[in-house]
Amino acid sequence: MNRIHQKLQADNKILSIYFTAGYPSLNDTVKIIQDLEKNGVDMIEIGLPFSDPLADGPTIQASSTQALKNGMTTSLLFQQLKDIRESVSIPLILMGYFNPVLQYGVEDFCRKCQEIGIDGLILPDLPLDVYQENYEAIFNKYGLVNVFLITPQTSDDRIDQIDAASDGFIYMVSSASVTGSQDGFGNNQETYFQRIADMKLKNPQVVGFGISNSETFQQATKQAKGAIIGSAFIKFLTQNGVDKIGDFVKGIRK
Amino acid sequence: MSENYFKTYPDKNGFFKEYGGAFIPPVLEAEMKKITDAYYSISKSHNFISELRSIRKHYQGRPTPVYYCNRLSEKYGGRIYLKREDLNHTGAHKLNHCMGEALLAKHLGKKKLIAETGAGQHGVALATAAAYFGLECEIHMGEVDIAKEHPNVVRMKILGAKVVPVSHGLKTLKEAVDSAFEAYLKDPITTIYCIGSVVGPHPFPMMVRDFQRVVGIEAKEQFFEMTGELPDKVVACVGGGSNAMGIFSSFLDEPECTLYGVEPGGRSMEYGEHAATMTLGTPGVIHGFKCYMLKDEKGEPGAVHSVASGLDYPGVGPEHSMLKDLKKVNYEVVSDQETIDAFYELSRLEGIIPALESAHAVAYAIKLAQQNPQSSILVNLSGRGDKDIDYVVDTFGLPDVEK
Repeated sequence: MNRIHQKLQADNKILSIYFTAGYPSLNDTVKIIQDLEKNGVDMIEIGLPFSDPLADGPTIQASSTQALKNGMTTSLLFQQLKDIRESVSIPLILMGYFNPVLQYGVEDFCRKCQEIGIDGLILPDLPLDVYQENYEAIFNKYGLVNVFLITPQTSDDRIDQIDAASDGFIYMVSSASVTGSQDGFGNNQETYFQRIADMKLKNPQVVGFGISNSETFQQATKQAKGAIIGSAFIKFLTQNGVDKIGDFVKGIRK
Repeated sequence: MSENYFKTYPDKNGFFKEYGGAFIPPVLEAEMKKITDAYYSISKSHNFISELRSIRKHYQGRPTPVYYCNRLSEKYGGRIYLKREDLNHTGAHKLNHCMGEALLAKHLGKKKLIAETGAGQHGVALATAAAYFGLECEIHMGEVDIAKEHPNVVRMKILGAKVVPVSHGLKTLKEAVDSAFEAYLKDPITTIYCIGSVVGPHPFPMMVRDFQRVVGIEAKEQFFEMTGELPDKVVACVGGGSNAMGIFSSFLDEPECTLYGVEPGGRSMEYGEHAATMTLGTPGVIHGFKCYMLKDEKGEPGAVHSVASGLDYPGVGPEHSMLKDLKKVNYEVVSDQETIDAFYELSRLEGIIPALESAHAVAYAIKLAQQNPQSSILVNLSGRGDKDIDYVVDTFGLPDVEK
């Protein structure tokens, strides 16, 4: 059982934060993680920047472009994180596109994650069947939880398949759109949240996309186990830098 | 070509051996599945095929001829034939798959077609298809290409399409694909992405290939009728690889035909100076599919250059990637300069101004003819060069003409 399982068993209304590694400045990674934990965040998704994202909104894309310009690479991120477990104990998840993992070497990548103390991966463009055929055994060998995404368009059959293949949580994308492109939840989302809750899946669900403040956080976690905030946090970093992270978290938790 | 090949590749998940697939976020997955299901059910229906055939004949002007190059063959040896896709309506092979994709979009009840374009050929073809079917059309194009391919930009606008300039990165084809995907993702319900080549996530590489097969089917029959035999060599340029897949598809199983895919060697074989994906690339994932790919030092899609905007892409069709591994097709390189020379040779010896993309294939055919004076060589002349004339004259000058 890794930190993700423990966390999801122990708590409700899990607050998870996504940020792009190497943004705003190349060496902010460790400080952002430490400050997020200090201020009571439950889980962190560390984004590996990629030049050709297919499902990120302008905020995350701009942060990715800047991070790459700052010089962020997969190897450098591993370097920055090598002592992270000396100071941080909440679950850490790497999130990114599949190509950089493939280029690093999937097994080498997973081994490195285990060495550092990464608990899971979210690779939204890695198809379920490719994962099961080629990579599941490797992920398991290095104790990594692989997190799959579902959207309002995902069929019940597919959700059941994903639930069966998952062992951690399911990332529930709140709308069929790119990240950071909505201001609140409407009836469509409520219906979708209810539909998923009624499916009584074995894995808890964590909602992402469209959560930007305490109101949307409360809405999202009424049924789901937790919620992930990405674009709103990156916007906050763009405006305020990395010194007032506590203010952001308090704003959500209030 | 045995039907078996086309039913085996791609497999049900869109793989050509290890290449292809659909490496896409779940927001796209459901939509791609809908397109795949529709492709299998609608495009294989009798009504769809009849309508497309009628369009090809009466609207596109198909079949396009196969033409024997008298003077070019005389000068360089060999017997060089051209499959005249430059005479297809809109002046390139692209309309073959655009009409198919747009007809499918109409059946799916989509309101708007979205696509990227490099040289503007795909954009013009799609804008044409949109006008034909009464659909909206939005074309994403890099700013560098907008400047270079001005006539095509104007054409798209005349046809009623909205042209969206793309200003990030190198401002060419790769960035245009990023931008078009993004626009599509904002509204995948009422819009459809009509990718411009045999690239992208499943089902696009299969769908575009199948719509382009008409080129090979016609060419094989025409060539046989003209000569009583099959060509010794078949040559086509490869950027994404749609025109090449179109013509190769009919010759893959013919042991007497050797196939050549010609890649842009650009200014040199140094990083960033060419787009010779098959020759110098290694496997990677780009724009939702796995293929040979040119990479930067971080393993991300690399910088590329070609004199031909339509070949300027760091990835390549997954089927080509497989055919390279299977050694079914030889992938070769010609430089910008060789391309320009061939552009003028074909113009002055035959009165046919080729697109710079297609001029790569002509350049390689000239080399083959010199080396194999006894051979028959069939070149897919995928497009006409009107769009390139200003750029070529301004950049490379006008040889041997009194001012």
